[in-house]
Amino acid sequence: MSGPTRLEIRGLTKRFGGLVAVNDIAFDLRANEIMGLIGPNGSGKSTVMKLIMGIERPTTGTIKLDGIDIARWPSHRIARAGVGIVFQHSRPLHRQTVLENIKLALLPDSLLRLAVDPGVDERARAIAERVELGDVMDRHPSTLPFAYLRRMEMAKAIARDPGVVLLDEPFAGLTAAEVAAFSKLIRSFRVENRAVLLVDHNVKGVAALVDRVLAMYLGERVAEGTAEEVMRDETVRRVYIGGKIEATTQRGRVAAGTAPLLDVADVSVLYGKAQALDRVNVQVREGEFVSIVGLNGAGKTTLFNAISGLVPYGGTISFGGRSLAGTSAATIARGGIVQCPETRELFGDMSVRENLDLGGQHLAKDARAAQLAWLFELFPILNERQSQAARTLSGGEQQMLAIARALMMRPKLLVLDEPTLGLAPVILEQLSKAMEQLRRTTPITVLLGEQNVTFALPHADRVYVLEHTRIVWEGDPLRFAKEMGTGYL
Amino acid sequence: MKRLSRAHLLWIAVAVVAAAAVLPFWLSAYLLGVLTAAYYFGVFAMAWDLLFGFAGEVNFGPTFLIGVGAYAAGILNSVLHWPMVLCIVAGAVAAVIGGLLMALPALRLRGPYFGVITLVAVLLLQYAIVIFAGITGGEIGMTVPDVLSIDANVNYWYALAFLVVCAVILYTLSRSALGLILQATGQDAIEAQALGFNVTKHKIAAFCVSALFSGVAGAMLVFYMGTASVDTVISIAIDVQVIIAAVLGGRRTILGSILGAVFLILANELLRPIGQLNTFVVAAIALAVILFFPDGLLGHALRAGERE
Repeated sequence: MSGPTRLEIRGLTKRFGGLVAVNDIAFDLRANEIMGLIGPNGSGKSTVMKLIMGIERPTTGTIKLDGIDIARWPSHRIARAGVGIVFQHSRPLHRQTVLENIKLALLPDSLLRLAVDPGVDERARAIAERVELGDVMDRHPSTLPFAYLRRMEMAKAIARDPGVVLLDEPFAGLTAAEVAAFSKLIRSFRVENRAVLLVDHNVKGVAALVDRVLAMYLGERVAEGTAEEVMRDETVRRVYIGGKIEATTQRGRVAAGTAPLLDVADVSVLYGKAQALDRVNVQVREGEFVSIVGLNGAGKTTLFNAISGLVPYGGTISFGGRSLAGTSAATIARGGIVQCPETRELFGDMSVRENLDLGGQHLAKDARAAQLAWLFELFPILNERQSQAARTLSGGEQQMLAIARALMMRPKLLVLDEPTLGLAPVILEQLSKAMEQLRRTTPITVLLGEQNVTFALPHADRVYVLEHTRIVWEGDPLRFAKEMGTGYL
Repeated sequence: MKRLSRAHLLWIAVAVVAAAAVLPFWLSAYLLGVLTAAYYFGVFAMAWDLLFGFAGEVNFGPTFLIGVGAYAAGILNSVLHWPMVLCIVAGAVAAVIGGLLMALPALRLRGPYFGVITLVAVLLLQYAIVIFAGITGGEIGMTVPDVLSIDANVNYWYALAFLVVCAVILYTLSRSALGLILQATGQDAIEAQALGFNVTKHKIAAFCVSALFSGVAGAMLVFYMGTASVDTVISIAIDVQVIIAAVLGGRRTILGSILGAVFLILANELLRPIGQLNTFVVAAIALAVILFFPDGLLGHALRAGERE
């Protein structure tokens, strides 16, 4: 079914200083083939794409395009040699029409050819029709819906008839119907003898489209095969889910009838034109531990940012019965919703103690001391490192400090965004124990967002599954293991 | 503001040029002199807009290019007694070479460093002129033997014709295939490269064009005034005015720069009766326009048309 080899990659390695972003990756990509390159955040998949396109230069390795080594060529030469790319974030020319944007991709790389060839116009129109933009080609990009802009980027990428097309998270921000239409378009490249490389967070989203999947983690290849094979692969499951899915019995600490402390009702968020959240409903009752699980890019952070008042949203979010609409982020935080962001946001040059003191700034002196003492009991390691600069802590310790600092603010609702991101298993266990202690010893309400289900389930009273901007499942952890255990990836 | 399409713009431009051409029959020599200077300023600002608005490079040192052109022409005329036309050509060449010397290393740097280097270049040039006072006249400035004309009307027409020629060339360039590529480069250099464009090549070309027009305009200004001094063609104050004129008129419009320059120079002169306050008031007006119409005077009008 597949044609001749278009792209042949061997021993591809990229180091950024001491960090090995891509380590010895090798694969072939044939004409008529659609291959998925998947991995969680930081796995190096996007770097591979950049290396192919020449945006980054490989440290070692070869990238052969139709037999010619293009590694270390400048981007524009690689593009002319027959590689097209669709970036996840694009900035079209807003003062030009869709047609002019497509024409741009067809222009020669020359300083002297000032007039546009007459053939260019005709070709640009044909390409616009090809990606079903025929009706809107004389409009300006800013007046078009997001899905059309993605099509326009696609048109630009295939304008020069490349043999290899690279797509970076092609479905991000699209609705289900748009994904289907877009998949059809990508599939049609097969007939045109192109080789397609899709980069995405998860296998599920691209499973129906790809012939083959290469899964990466921490710069290494972890699995390769059909989408089903990769989804069943033990290593892949461990990388994504964190091992076996287990759940303890439900605690039922909170009566189901109580009014919710946090009520997220029909909340939608748009980034520009990209749909980041689609009518999400989440409720957290007082004293409850609620986990929202979902893969990278599902919309967890967006949801938390909406709750914290950091991004504009449609729908309503109320806290303690009062709507948070029009409340500033600072007021929300003082009102008791404290978010511990994925990026931690510690003050790197300040000591552990100073970071904690900042968190407890508003407390009375003795209350602050009491809170500190309690936190040092919860995270003994922080007690030992009080005078150390936060920057010099290990990843796990930094995460604990971030949580501790959030707790210094005595939140009514603690929002934890992916605390396990990039942490080693041993650290996860420590963190898990701290969570358990927190849950047992305090009446605190927690909303946790996680990709790592193994970490998210044991403490949770209730679980929501967020998938591609929507809540697709809701229930207790026991049922999750039964119902979602296999379907999550 | 009402709709303003590009087709309208052409007719408006023709009408404005025609009106400007007959101004000498009404205006005083003083006002004509102010406008003459404003027109040269318009060219400075247009050349700057090509680099900032299109190639996306913030050049904080437009007066480096202008000054190199002006002083090269001035020195050749006063010291070597070259004919004026040749001096203007030499000034243009010098500005391009000077621009290349600055741009080649600077464009390799990312982020704000390009801007910083261009700013430092202005200071360097200023010091160089003071140090080599023997031939440059130092802080006092230099007088050139030749002048364009002693008649205010003729000087005015020279400046107007020069402005119109530059405007037509730069505007056409901005609307050409090259202009499109430059805009793409300025907006997202990585994507432009991925579309197969040699970004460095295009940016250097834009820089050369900008330097060429700045240099010629600088040289012409010297022969209009009969003098060249740091205060008139190099100082940071002039530098900032060129930038404000372009931003005020509207980024990425080329022609807006003329509006900005004329407004700025005229306002500065007309408000002179209020004394020290005049620069303050003009700066405040410029600030207000930039705050409320970030697209600039012309940019705002064009934008309104596009949104329809």
